[in-house]
Amino acid sequence: MRTPPRPRGHMAVLHPMRIRADALPLAERMFNLWTLAALMLAFAAVLIAPAFAQGSAPARRGVIEILLEWTPTLAGGFGFNVLISILSMAIGTVLGVLLGVLQVSPLRPVRSIAWLVTQFFRNSPWLVLLFYCILLIPFQIEIFGTTIPFPGWIKAIIGLSLPVMAYMSEYMRGAILSIPTGQWESAESLGFTRSQIMTNVILPQTVKRVLPSWMNLYAVLTMATPLVSIIGVSDVMTLTRAALSAEGRVDLLIPMYLYILSWFFIYCYPISAVTRLLERKYSVNT
Amino acid sequence: MEFANTLIDWLRPDWFFDLVVVSDPYNRSRYLAGLVTTIQLSVLSIFFSLIVGILGAAVQGAPSRTLRVLVGAFVAFFRNTPPLVQLYFFYFAIGTVLRITGENGLPQPLVSNFGWAVIALSLFAGALNVEIFRAGIEAVPRSTVEAAEALGYTRLQIYRDIVMPLAIRISLPALGTNLVNLVKTTTLAYAIAVPELLYISAQIWSEDLNVREMMNVLLVSYVGLVAVLVWVLHRWEKALRIPGYGE
Repeated sequence: MRTPPRPRGHMAVLHPMRIRADALPLAERMFNLWTLAALMLAFAAVLIAPAFAQGSAPARRGVIEILLEWTPTLAGGFGFNVLISILSMAIGTVLGVLLGVLQVSPLRPVRSIAWLVTQFFRNSPWLVLLFYCILLIPFQIEIFGTTIPFPGWIKAIIGLSLPVMAYMSEYMRGAILSIPTGQWESAESLGFTRSQIMTNVILPQTVKRVLPSWMNLYAVLTMATPLVSIIGVSDVMTLTRAALSAEGRVDLLIPMYLYILSWFFIYCYPISAVTRLLERKYSVNT
Repeated sequence: MEFANTLIDWLRPDWFFDLVVVSDPYNRSRYLAGLVTTIQLSVLSIFFSLIVGILGAAVQGAPSRTLRVLVGAFVAFFRNTPPLVQLYFFYFAIGTVLRITGENGLPQPLVSNFGWAVIALSLFAGALNVEIFRAGIEAVPRSTVEAAEALGYTRLQIYRDIVMPLAIRISLPALGTNLVNLVKTTTLAYAIAVPELLYISAQIWSEDLNVREMMNVLLVSYVGLVAVLVWVLHRWEKALRIPGYGE
């Protein structure tokens, strides 16, 4: 029996008890080819399995066929959801930036009111706010003899933009407060007025800090748009349920809902992926 | 004198006793039942979402790659799809398939709509909790874990006694935001006819035609519920604070 020679320069030391696999970065661990492949596989399996099961009954159409048939209709509904999300985001962002600036106003009453408004809309449920807007905004307003109609979807956009406004206001406040005081002081010493400092010096610098949260908020808003189907605005969810009742097949339920879920997933996933990228890019390494 | 009378009138809480949910015993009992349902829904969902979050975060630190990928897919899917559609998927799609034959010979749902609401909300909030806890666990200093290893702790003991207590403290602020969101998301259960606060209020305002009043009651109720939760979390955060961590 010959003992294997010891490698040179290798001293007997106490090794750590376990060597953990090197932790991959978060994004790669969560979203890689394997995740995507697993999702696609699961989706395909759900789609195909019923089709195989029905091989003996040729009279019934396959699930994939039905889904493809309904795709143009559902795509129209989904486009409407995207439109709602973009418009609410636009309104909410403009109002939110204004409210956020008011939250750091030097006047105490203005500051408190802006804070109260922000907290109120941030802490009330989206669905309740939607109900509020749908039921309490009149369906038309008369100004100087001209009648401005307010259809349900416009009221839904207003209802969705309220919480967006509140979240945006909170992000803006955080971003404005994170700008170094030196920026304020140097701008003041150059003779800028407060509003000039805000618009020309401070706000441009907050864009970079707010961008990741803003994009995340957009993803959250997009995922909230199906709520409008509850309050009677016809969107992709309404169409889906109409399609399901038109077909009247139990085996279609799971594939159809998964189909809609995957649409939202495909739309929102790139947004959150880019958000993470930006967050990592702008994060301060400590 | 006129002004003083107006002020006293305004200060007297008549408006409070004139509310339908206070003056009418039938509506009051319904409203309270809805409030209790919302609280039950919130508490159960918070409880199960925390369990999902802790388990998921534990698995994401596990050596098995398959398990990590599976949890990653679960988190990615539930984070990037609308909670309402998830709820519909569970209740209308899976709930329709999962049926048992009842005593009267008719098919009956295995899980009630309340049950599906708890399941869907727990999974949705749980997916976010996994992320939050994982970030908290990664923030625990490596030297602390190594010190525990040197003292001969097993993997489970390290996780239970060293990592988790620290990670919970680190992730409490983010967790608070998510749990507040969860309480607000319980209104979605309206869509599958769970008799919670919003559903009951909608019933009351369509019977009594007092939309504005019920809306205000509803908003104040939810802001109140969220305020209670925020207060509890704040107290918890204070009670758990370790000297030397944070400010």
